[in-house]
Amino acid sequence: MENTTKNIMIVGVGGQGTLLTSRILGSLMLDAGYDVKLSEVHGMAQRGGSVVTYVRYGEKVREPIVEEGQADVLIAFERLEALRYAHFLKKDGVLIVNDQRIDPMPVVTGAAKYPENIIEELKKKYTVYSIDAMAEAKKLGNPKVFNVIVLGMAARYLDFEEEEWLRCVRAKVPQKLIDINVRAFKAGYQSV
Amino acid sequence: MAEKELMLGNEAIARGLWEAGVKVSAAYPGTPSTEISEALVKYDDVYAEWSPNEKVACEVAIGASIAGVRSFACMKHVGLNVAADPMYTFSYIGVNGGMVLTVADDPGLYSSQNEQDTRLIGRAAHIPVIEPSDSGEAKEFAKLAYEISEKYDTPVILRTTTRLAHSQGMVELGDRVVPEDKPYSRDIKKYCMMPASAIGRHHAVVLREERLAEDANTLEINRIEKGDNKIGFITSGIAYQYVKEIFPEASVLKLGLVYPLPEKLIREFAESVERLIVFEELEPFFETEIKAMGIKCEGKDLFTLEGEYSANLLRKALKGEDVATKGAEVPNRPPILCPGCPHRSTYYVLKKLGINACGDIGCYTLGAVPPLSVVDTTVCMGASISTLHGFEKAKGHDFAKNFVAVIGDSTFMHTGINSLVNMSYNQVHGTVIILDNSTTGMTGHQDHAATGKTLDGREVPAISIYKLCKAMNIENVVEVNPFDIEEFERVVKEETGRDALSVIIACAPCALLKGQKFPYKAECDKDKCKKCGACLKPGCPAVTKTEEGYIKIDETMCNGCGLCTKLCKFDALKLYEV
Repeated sequence: MENTTKNIMIVGVGGQGTLLTSRILGSLMLDAGYDVKLSEVHGMAQRGGSVVTYVRYGEKVREPIVEEGQADVLIAFERLEALRYAHFLKKDGVLIVNDQRIDPMPVVTGAAKYPENIIEELKKKYTVYSIDAMAEAKKLGNPKVFNVIVLGMAARYLDFEEEEWLRCVRAKVPQKLIDINVRAFKAGYQSV
Repeated sequence: MAEKELMLGNEAIARGLWEAGVKVSAAYPGTPSTEISEALVKYDDVYAEWSPNEKVACEVAIGASIAGVRSFACMKHVGLNVAADPMYTFSYIGVNGGMVLTVADDPGLYSSQNEQDTRLIGRAAHIPVIEPSDSGEAKEFAKLAYEISEKYDTPVILRTTTRLAHSQGMVELGDRVVPEDKPYSRDIKKYCMMPASAIGRHHAVVLREERLAEDANTLEINRIEKGDNKIGFITSGIAYQYVKEIFPEASVLKLGLVYPLPEKLIREFAESVERLIVFEELEPFFETEIKAMGIKCEGKDLFTLEGEYSANLLRKALKGEDVATKGAEVPNRPPILCPGCPHRSTYYVLKKLGINACGDIGCYTLGAVPPLSVVDTTVCMGASISTLHGFEKAKGHDFAKNFVAVIGDSTFMHTGINSLVNMSYNQVHGTVIILDNSTTGMTGHQDHAATGKTLDGREVPAISIYKLCKAMNIENVVEVNPFDIEEFERVVKEETGRDALSVIIACAPCALLKGQKFPYKAECDKDKCKKCGACLKPGCPAVTKTEEGYIKIDETMCNGCGLCTKLCKFDALKLYEV
C-alpha cells in the first residue's frame, strides 16, 4: 500500500503562501476521493524562516509528513529553499521552482554567501522546471499571486483536470481575489 | 454517509468539543494549541474566551464544571506549568460537568522554549491522559474525554503534539448533543479543598485511578492490532502512524489512554510477540512503566529522547536502511522579525546605546540573534521583569543599568504584572520596556485584555497598561513610539539613567495587524546611495544590497515603516505612498 501514496512538498520562506497552496492541493485531493493528510508549520518558524508543508494522498495515508527521498513533486517558492530540500525528491521526482532570490539573514549580515547557479546545478541531478513567477505576477498587477502561478505550473505534473484545479482555487482564496487568482493559475498552467 | 471534511487536528478537537456539548471554554494562545479556541468560537452555543493566562483559563473551566456544565481549557505544554496549581488540586476535587484540557506538546521545538512531556504531569497530578493519532481520532477522543471525565469524576488531559495539531486529515462530522446541565449543590467535602476534605479526596483519587487502570484493559481506544508476532510495537499518537508506515505487517498495541496504563493488556501483548519495542516521542514514559511491571522491552536504547520522530528514524533504527540522502550545504534561514516590525526599531536603539535585555516569550525573542543581538535571556512567560530584578539584587544598580527588561503587551498581561508589582514593592531600580504592539503577535494576532476586543469579537473597554503601571506606584511611566527613533533614544537614555524603577511603553502596532498597515513603501535612489550600509544595521529582510553594493528595497516585502529612511544620511531612501 505504501507506494500508492503520492507525496508533494511545498517549500519557501515564511509569508510566501505555502499554507494556501497546500490547502488548495488538499481540497483537490479530497474532492477526487482520496484519503489526504497535510502538514503545516505555524508559529515562530513562520516569521521569515524556512517553511515546509506536506501533502500526501492515496488510498490510505499514514504519516502526515514527506521524508527524504520520497517526494514525487517538490514545489519551491524560492531558489535557496529548492536547494535546501531537493534531496527530499525521489529519483524520478519533479522539482518546480520559482526563480526568485530572497536573502536569508546570514547572507544579509555577510556571515554566509548565497549560492550561485542554483537552478543550473539542480538540473544536473533532477528534473527541474523553473518560472519567474514574480515577474508574471507583476504583469497581472498583483505580485502576491506569484504562488498560484507556480501552483498552476506544478498542476501540469499532477493528474487532475484544469477545471478541477480552478474549482479549488476559487474555493480557497478570499472572495474578492478569486478573479486575479484564477488568472494567475491559468498563467502558470499555460506557461508549460 | 456522514459528511467528511479536511481539518487540522486543532479544528477537529474544536468540532469534537462542540459535538460533546461543551458550553464554556477558556484559553491563552500558545503554539500549537491556538487554533482550537479560534475554531471553537465560530460554533454557536459555546462560550469561548481568551483569558490572561493558562492558570486563569483553567480556573474559569473549573468553575464552569463545578457549576454543572461541560467545560474546556487548552494550552501549550508550558502553559500547563502555569496552570499546574489549580490542576493538581482539581484532580482531587473531580468534576460536576465534565472537564477536559487539551495540552499541546512540541517535540522538535517548532515554537517553544523546551520539550517537556505532558504525560509525566498527568501521572504526577493523577489526571488521565488520552492521545489521538490523527484528526479523525482527535474529534472522537475529545468526545470520549468527557465520558471518561464524568464516569470517573476526574479532569482529563487530551494530549496532542505539534505534528498532530497542525496536520490536516479527514474528519467525519456528527451532531451536537448537549447533556442536561448538572445541578449544583453545595458540597465542601468535594469542592472546598481544606485539609480535612483533601484527605478524603486524595483517597478518592487513589481508588479512581485503580478503577480506571483496570477498565483501561478493555477500553476501546487501547487496542491490539494483531499481525506478525516476530515484532510488536507499543505506541500512541503520531508515532503510531510512523509504525504503520514502515511496519504495516507488525503487531501493534495502540494506546489511546496513555495514562494510566492497561497492565493486563500490555502483558497479554508482550507475551504474544517475540520482540517488544516501545516507540514513543520524548520521554521513556511507557517504557519506564512497562519495565516497572517486570516486562522486558526495548525503547530509548534504540530511539532518541530528543526532537520529533519520523518514519525514516524508525526505518534506520530497525531496518538499518538509511534512505535519508544528505542535503546540500546551504546557508540557514532562521526566523526573523518581519519587515516593518516595531521591535526592530526598539532593538536598533537599544543596540546603539549598548543596552542589553532580559527577554521574554514572543516574536521579540528574535532580538537575541544577529544583527540585533540585544536579548540575553529567555526563560518563560513573564520572566523578563523578574530576571532583571534578580540582576539588580545580585550585582547592584551599576551592573543592572546596562540592562532593561523587554516584554510584549500580551505577555505582560499574562504574568508580567506580578513581576512588576514585585519590583515596585521591593523598591528595585531598573527599566522595563513593554513592547506594546496591540496584539499577541507570535501566535497569529489574538486579542487580550489590553486590546479592547474579545475572542468572539466583542468591543470592550481596553485595560490601560499605563494606568496599571501607575497603580503600582511607579512614578516614571512613559509612552513613546519606537519608530520615532530620536525621541525613543532620548527616553531610553533618560529612564535608564534614573536611580528608580521606570516603565517605557513602546507603542506601535504589529506591522501585520489588520487595518494598521503603513500606506507606504520605501525605495532607494541609486544616485544618492553612498553604499554606507547604515540602513542595513537593523536587519530588515526587505533591505538588501545589489551586486554593485547599492541598496535595494524589495517592494513585495517592504511594509513601509520608514526605519531605513530615517537611518539614511544621504536622503537616498524615501517612502512613497501606495
